[in-house]
Amino acid sequence: MDAVTLANALTALVPECGAEPIEAIDQPTIVVPVSHLVAVATALRDAPELRFPLLVDIVGVDFLPRQPRFELNYHLVSPDRDQPLRLRVKVRVSGDDPHVPTVTAVWPGAGFLEREVWDLLGVTFDGHPDLRRLLTPDDWEGHPLRKDYPVQVKIPVRTDEPIQLTQEEFQANLRNDRQARGRTGA
Amino acid sequence: MADEHDIPVLMTTVDKVAQWARRSSIWPVTFGLACCAIEMMSTGASRYDLARFGAEVFRASPRQADLMIVAGRLSRKMAPVLRRIYDQMPEPKWVISMGACASAGGVFDNYAIVQGVDQVVPVDVFVPGCPPRPEALIYGIVQLQRKIDRQRAFPG
Repeated sequence: MDAVTLANALTALVPECGAEPIEAIDQPTIVVPVSHLVAVATALRDAPELRFPLLVDIVGVDFLPRQPRFELNYHLVSPDRDQPLRLRVKVRVSGDDPHVPTVTAVWPGAGFLEREVWDLLGVTFDGHPDLRRLLTPDDWEGHPLRKDYPVQVKIPVRTDEPIQLTQEEFQANLRNDRQARGRTGA
Repeated sequence: MADEHDIPVLMTTVDKVAQWARRSSIWPVTFGLACCAIEMMSTGASRYDLARFGAEVFRASPRQADLMIVAGRLSRKMAPVLRRIYDQMPEPKWVISMGACASAGGVFDNYAIVQGVDQVVPVDVFVPGCPPRPEALIYGIVQLQRKIDRQRAFPG
């Protein structure tokens, strides 16, 4: 299946989603407007002719000074075929404080991937259960991979450990995890 | 130093013996952070064999180690952890900063990498390289052993 076929299948499933195929060298690529992202994601995962249960990565790009400034690439894989099929879904948002709906309800693995994009590029994901920093220290200010972020940062090193959770929250998280797993497993 | 009656007696100082014992059985704590850790592993493996210099085992617990080889890039997020592991080591302890990134930030002068671990822990020997060859790390450890020989065993 190539990008055109996929885009047509998506438009048949999610009317007026505005999915458009675009030119790409390596894998089929379609662009989707932000407003229809969750509907398209659900269709991609669930529809029997599409079947993309695997979200590999969410890659964010900053195109400053071009607007729309940010572009998110969702890399999907459909392994349940004769040849595994890869698809790249692009979403473009503009402005310095963009908001994108979360896809963690569709692919739970997006939890950490969206946290990384929030941490490094500052794209807020509405509805994310736990949107906090992942790679930078917990109390870091700024989003380092933006094009207007300085390369050299002369902040003194901190050797006390800032942590965003209180002791009660940490214990509550552990308890909830254990309950959610039905008090079984390691 | 046998005298004319061939009595096998050696005269020395407590300092010398204590420091000889400390440097001859210097056990590192595992602190491989990045690519330099691979070279540290190969230094501990059979061809270059760090054990013949006294580093018999790499202790996983800092409480049981007396040398910390910071091997690799130290990120700002990891700096408190490094300090915590260093603080958990009992005296006497020494630190070797292995590689360009640990010594001075290496090629990474950016938001994430600490520009030299001597901003976090006191370093005794810097071993340059990217990564330093096992022979270079061994040279650094030998230099550290010579430094230990020169130090007082029980200062103050």
